[in-house]
Amino acid sequence: MSIIKTEGLTYTYSPGTPYQKTAVSAVDLDIAQGDVVGVIGHTGSGKSTLIQHFNGLLRPTSGKVFVDGEDMWQNPKEIRRFRFKVGLVFQYPEYQLFEDTVYKDIAFGPRNMGLSEEEIDARVRQAAAFVGLREKHMQKSPFELSGGQKRRVAIAGVIAMNPKVLILDEPTAGLDPKGREMILGQIREYHEEEKNTVLLVSHSMEDVAKYAKTALVMNQGKVFLYAPVEEVFSHAEELTGLGLSVPQVSRVFLTLARRGYPVNPNVFTLEQAKTELLRVLGKGGSDHA
Amino acid sequence: MLKDITIGQYFPGKSVLHRLDPRVKIILTFLYIVVLFAASNPLGLLIGIFFLIVAYGVSRVPPRMILKSLKPVLPIILFTTLLNVFFIEGEILWHWAFLTITKEGVATAVIMSVRIACLIAGTSLLTYTTSPIALTDGLERLMGPLKKIRFPVHELAMMMTIALRFIPTLIEETDKIMSAQKARGADMESGGLMQRAKALVPVLIPLFVSAFRRADELAMAMECRCYRGGEGRTRMKQLHVGGVDAVCTLFVLLCLAGVIAVNLYAPPLF
Repeated sequence: MSIIKTEGLTYTYSPGTPYQKTAVSAVDLDIAQGDVVGVIGHTGSGKSTLIQHFNGLLRPTSGKVFVDGEDMWQNPKEIRRFRFKVGLVFQYPEYQLFEDTVYKDIAFGPRNMGLSEEEIDARVRQAAAFVGLREKHMQKSPFELSGGQKRRVAIAGVIAMNPKVLILDEPTAGLDPKGREMILGQIREYHEEEKNTVLLVSHSMEDVAKYAKTALVMNQGKVFLYAPVEEVFSHAEELTGLGLSVPQVSRVFLTLARRGYPVNPNVFTLEQAKTELLRVLGKGGSDHA
Repeated sequence: MLKDITIGQYFPGKSVLHRLDPRVKIILTFLYIVVLFAASNPLGLLIGIFFLIVAYGVSRVPPRMILKSLKPVLPIILFTTLLNVFFIEGEILWHWAFLTITKEGVATAVIMSVRIACLIAGTSLLTYTTSPIALTDGLERLMGPLKKIRFPVHELAMMMTIALRFIPTLIEETDKIMSAQKARGADMESGGLMQRAKALVPVLIPLFVSAFRRADELAMAMECRCYRGGEGRTRMKQLHVGGVDAVCTLFVLLCLAGVIAVNLYAPPLF
């Protein structure tokens, strides 16, 4: 079942002026409920513009967006309803924190939804637990925390709205490897527990290979590829042509295959690489002895 | 929405007016204001309008920009027109209850509104054809003599440059923070005045925090490049007064002379 669907979605910035620019053109998409989609594309490919349509921050110049089967702009006055259904975490979300305590900041979204105090409390605690914030952090000022912690507070602020779709625009930008693993791991856990849909915008092919099931490749405002991760990364040459790449391990295995080693080139993660190498070297199982 | 606000209205180009030395351009703009105020009859003002047409023609700035620059002062023009039309005494043209329109009133109203319009259009041309950096550079050099009385000319110019530089950045930042808070369900489009003011808190606090952070980073970066104020500082782009500047100055002086001649020989209107 599809949760987000677009029909001929087109968006033009500053129409009718010399600065006119079509950022997204004629995009038809169908995102399935429960999927984890990695959105890739180089800077200016229209990724950020596209995702801002999914929660109604941008109104399409032409075309339609359906969320949960409902036409989003049928009644523009009710657009806020969709913002609670589709949670969007912007790039560098730590710069949007403003309350005097972490607790209050996470509660901002749920409070805007008009929930009861008990419900708000339950959601804040649950969201904080998902991102690994402890009780001692809750009464601190968000400005006292470290960069990684701030980011997790900001993500918790969106998760606390319990959205059916969670969209994250480069949630790991500027973090160290440990911080990246932590945030992405927590997002995956959240997804597995809540069974909701996650869209992950990323520049890291490794992250997309490891965490996403489906990949959406954007190029010049259009959908270039939208398919399961394995299929997308098998188009290595086309991706390179777009200025993108495939995960490093895939490149190693593609080169190995080209040089005549009997390996399967469709390897995207380190675990797969390990299994594949062991298989080829004949140590993976008794059937290849 | 916020992106539509243009504050630095510079129109990049390579025309004669663009190449003019900013110092000369600032002085000539002042001279043009003198021309406008010296002109006391319609013929003199025609010279002012003629100058404007030539200047805009040479600059290649689209004429619709004149209208754009006039838009914000329209209320002022209307207000002065009304005041002049109704409150100047003289030969009565029309009379109703306590309202009187006189011939002199109408004449003054027309002259005043044309004068204000020319004034705004003329000075706007300065900002259309001069980049903010060149403008502050020119101002700094023109105010140079004030250094003798310990006036912090360089610091002032640097502050202006930095402020201008960060306007677009802060607008972009505001846009981003607003979107982020809207994504968390903040409602900024409805409610009464108090509610709307309250809704701005989640935008203003992060904006201030980031403005201070940026200021801090900028100060650090400037110190890392050994910035220590204006003393002994040289420039990569030296300002030169050349032939173009002489020609333009001559043209403005001719206009001024024309206006003075008109004032002397043509009878004043009233």
